[in-house]
Amino acid sequence: MGYHFDFAALLPYWRDFAMGILLTLQLSAVSTVLGFVLGTLCAIGRSDGTRLIRTSLAIYIEVIRNTPLLVQIFLVYFGIATLGIHVSANMAAVTALVVNVVAYTSEIMRAGLESIHKSQLEAADCLGLSRAQIYWHVILRPAIERVYPALTSQYVLLMLASSITSQISAEELTAVANRIQSDTFRSFETYIIVGILYILLSFVVRIAFWAFGQGLFVRRRKLGTPL
Amino acid sequence: MSATANLAPMAPGTDEATVTPLVRLANVQKSFGAVKVLDGVSFEVERGEVAVIIGQSGSGKSTALRCIDALEKFEQGTIHVCGHAVHDKDLDRRALRRDVGIVFQSYNLFPHLTVEQNIMLAPTCVKSMRKAEARELARTALARVGLADKATQYPEQLSGGQQQRVAIARSLAMMPKVMLFDEVTSALDPQLTAEVLKVMEGLARDGMTMILVTHEMGFARKVASKIIYMYRGKVWESGPASMLDQPQTKELSMFVGTGLK
Ligand SMILES: Nc1ncnc2c1ncn2[C@@H]1O[C@H](COP(=O)(O)OP(=O)(O)OP(=O)(O)O)[C@@H](O)[C@H]1O
Ligand SMILES: [Mg+2]
Repeated sequence: MGYHFDFAALLPYWRDFAMGILLTLQLSAVSTVLGFVLGTLCAIGRSDGTRLIRTSLAIYIEVIRNTPLLVQIFLVYFGIATLGIHVSANMAAVTALVVNVVAYTSEIMRAGLESIHKSQLEAADCLGLSRAQIYWHVILRPAIERVYPALTSQYVLLMLASSITSQISAEELTAVANRIQSDTFRSFETYIIVGILYILLSFVVRIAFWAFGQGLFVRRRKLGTPL
Repeated sequence: MSATANLAPMAPGTDEATVTPLVRLANVQKSFGAVKVLDGVSFEVERGEVAVIIGQSGSGKSTALRCIDALEKFEQGTIHVCGHAVHDKDLDRRALRRDVGIVFQSYNLFPHLTVEQNIMLAPTCVKSMRKAEARELARTALARVGLADKATQYPEQLSGGQQQRVAIARSLAMMPKVMLFDEVTSALDPQLTAEVLKVMEGLARDGMTMILVTHEMGFARKVASKIIYMYRGKVWESGPASMLDQPQTKELSMFVGTGLK
């Protein structure tokens, strides 16, 4: 084992790494917000929609959960191009990530929604709340609270999976790394650095989710008991 | 007008749509599959009356109550509640729910909201009341059930009896014209039961129209202006509380007998 590590060779590229991190965070943040909102709506549609809506959503979710992310990314990227719409690689990347994570979010949130006892809905209904008000005030927050660990993992995974969008040359962290290693021939060092950076990024995502949870689940913050 | 006055039941004759009786069931029939649960139920409840429904388990008491609040559909018969035709396909359910409050055996408080937020939710959502005003109302409603000091606690921090009283306060805050109670003390031990019954007695004294299902025969005697004894989906006997002392049917006499044991 005569490998001689040379991390110094990567130093001149710190700016590129930084830009990569930034784009990875941006891609993740946008797809997290969109994915969560749309995924939740899908979950509601699946449990409460018309038969047509429920069936369509079920098919969409199964298709996504049974195909590789990379294939989905290519399908979205080339699909959009075939439609004659010009979008940037980043835009295509976000779209693909959202299409993917919405399906998983929907499944997780459905479990959350189903965990809310029917008597809660009945009580709210008897008080005269509308369907939308019941979802917003009575169901959603406890439902999210119940599945929050699963959601957090899913969105950490999303951030990590965003590395695959390097395949359509979205200039996120992995794409940057690919370029740097071919410039420097310091592949091992480059990916060690990138690995460490992803660990740190995962940490950032977890902290963001934790902080959001602290704000959203006031009862848990005050009492510390599970719902 | 003070918030306390707001909580008082409506004086007779203030709403022309709600001609007496306030609640009228006529020949209501309801089946679950092949089982006929309500077999021609008829009764009336006047404004300010306290009607107590008693009967064996499975006789259809809960189902009758749930039909009144349009929680169950029924195949035949008519139900009128505060001017709403509950049997009508075009029933405005939300309008009905503004006039009817219901409290269940399982309190069904919203666990993620404080006591106060539980009570404020419906007034702010349904009546578009401002937060400050709703909070004031919540405090008044809580005082009425003797829990003024629990406003900022969460349901899980309260005893069963206290949770049930919050559920009652939550209903009261919508100022319903009729309150329905379905065995609201069945899950409570005797001491907590007494707390809740005291609150309900207070409501009765204040002239609230109430229909309640209970197994507390002593309480029924004390507050009922009318007793409705149900047997196998029918109103078997009904009359003033004194009817419990002279049952006309052997079913009621057996029921009262076992009830006194
Ligand atoms: N959702 C339902 N589906 C099928 N059957 C039901 C349903 N709800 C009630 N029943 C049946 O209807 C009958 C009457 O039930 P109901 O709950 O009205 O009785 P109850 O008089 O309130 O009894 P209890 O004193 O035990 O509460 C019972 O035989 C019950 O099994
Ligand atoms: Mg019952």
